Amino acid sequence: MDKTIQTAAEAVAQIPDGATVMIGGFGGSGAPVELIHALIDQGARHLTVVNNNAGNGHVGLAALIEQGRVDRLICSFPRSADPSVFVEAYKAGRIALEIVPQGTLAERIRAGGAGIPAFYTPTAYGTEVAEGKPVEIFEGRAYVQERWLKADVALIKGELGDSHGNLTYRMAARNFNPVMAMAATTTIAQVSRLVPLGGIDPEHVITPGIFVNRLVEIANPAQEEELNRAEAVYP
Amino acid sequence: MIDISQIKLSNAQIAWRAAQDIEDGAYVNLGIGFPEMVAQFQPEGKQAIFHTENGVLDFGKAPEPGNEDWDLINAGKKAITLKPGTSFFHHADSFAMVRGGHLDVAILGAYQIAQNGDLANWSTGKGGIPAVGGAMDLVQSARRIAVVTDHVTKKGDPKLVESCTMPLTGVGCVTRIYTSLAVVDVAEGRFVLREKIPAIPMDDLQSLTGAQLHTDGAVNDLVCPAELA
Repeated sequence: MDKTIQTAAEAVAQIPDGATVMIGGFGGSGAPVELIHALIDQGARHLTVVNNNAGNGHVGLAALIEQGRVDRLICSFPRSADPSVFVEAYKAGRIALEIVPQGTLAERIRAGGAGIPAFYTPTAYGTEVAEGKPVEIFEGRAYVQERWLKADVALIKGELGDSHGNLTYRMAARNFNPVMAMAATTTIAQVSRLVPLGGIDPEHVITPGIFVNRLVEIANPAQEEELNRAEAVYP
Repeated sequence: MIDISQIKLSNAQIAWRAAQDIEDGAYVNLGIGFPEMVAQFQPEGKQAIFHTENGVLDFGKAPEPGNEDWDLINAGKKAITLKPGTSFFHHADSFAMVRGGHLDVAILGAYQIAQNGDLANWSTGKGGIPAVGGAMDLVQSARRIAVVTDHVTKKGDPKLVESCTMPLTGVGCVTRIYTSLAVVDVAEGRFVLREKIPAIPMDDLQSLTGAQLHTDGAVNDLVCPAELA
């Protein structure tokens, strides 16, 4: 078994128009910038994207939105230092937005990966975000029913990876990446370094390879924050 | 009406006061922006462990400019640093810590707080693009939900109200409010005044508050370090 792919372009080549794509990262930390840029080059349209945010500046997710590829965004916090690309698309009616509280977003994704169709959470009870959702009382307290969230594809970023798809992450760049890896039919990881089997201590594997379909080595990956400080624009 | 601009507490003083109530060993989440300031004023001998919902527990201060590592940020997307004892975890675990009741205190900002503890702090409801982040998770879950805020809005309208007119973040969740004029608890559906700054007369404080302020025992003087003014 060898899940490694030589280039980001090959890794994302099969993503079809209309796909639901989870993109890891919290802001720029853990964002798979090279995979997103490869998806822009590939040209898939009418995507539904799941991400915590809505892009920053003119690279990564913001660039994907700026290129008109995203019809719908599911996120918790569509603000950033420079959210102008999303704001413009949203105000022009070119992109639909579903706001999900951050913990509910993480748990819906986890549930999708774990085969749990719905769960109850105290989050958002009594707020407009919970309107229309079933409510149940457990031990005297009200909880809102939320449903799983699954995707056709997850684009994630790891630190070390091996040919079986075992992954580690780097510091707070872990964020949504491990849960998104579980929730997609096809999970594509970019890693900063490919290592031989055995090169990751089994005690240190965060995402076991069963959740990863393809991985590509991107050494010295771009950081969205640094690209934005350099006022980079993609493409 | 008294001019409160000369007597009200600074944000640093409000944050200092909120920090005095954090117990040794408490796990604490601080909201983005003003509430983050609370971390600067931990009392001697009381060590709190700070949680940031993007997936870090027990982190260090901001690095020197130029030394940022953008894989190591807090929920406000500002660079932080490692310290002995830091741990990382993914988002589902991070919010298990929140929802599972493992946090002792969450401290947030507010647009409005109602006397029953309802909190509005995520949307003014006037259009614009909604953005909630982790606030709705945090307010339903930590054992103590505290708010740090000016007592009134920039226009002078009360932030402590009978019922919120803005979209709610959570219902019946706030337990204590640290304002620029007072410390107020929410207890059994009413505001209970615990402390007020000595310079404001009781009548004026009440007139700047949108719901009845009750008392339950002594109202103490709210005195903060003058150097933080």
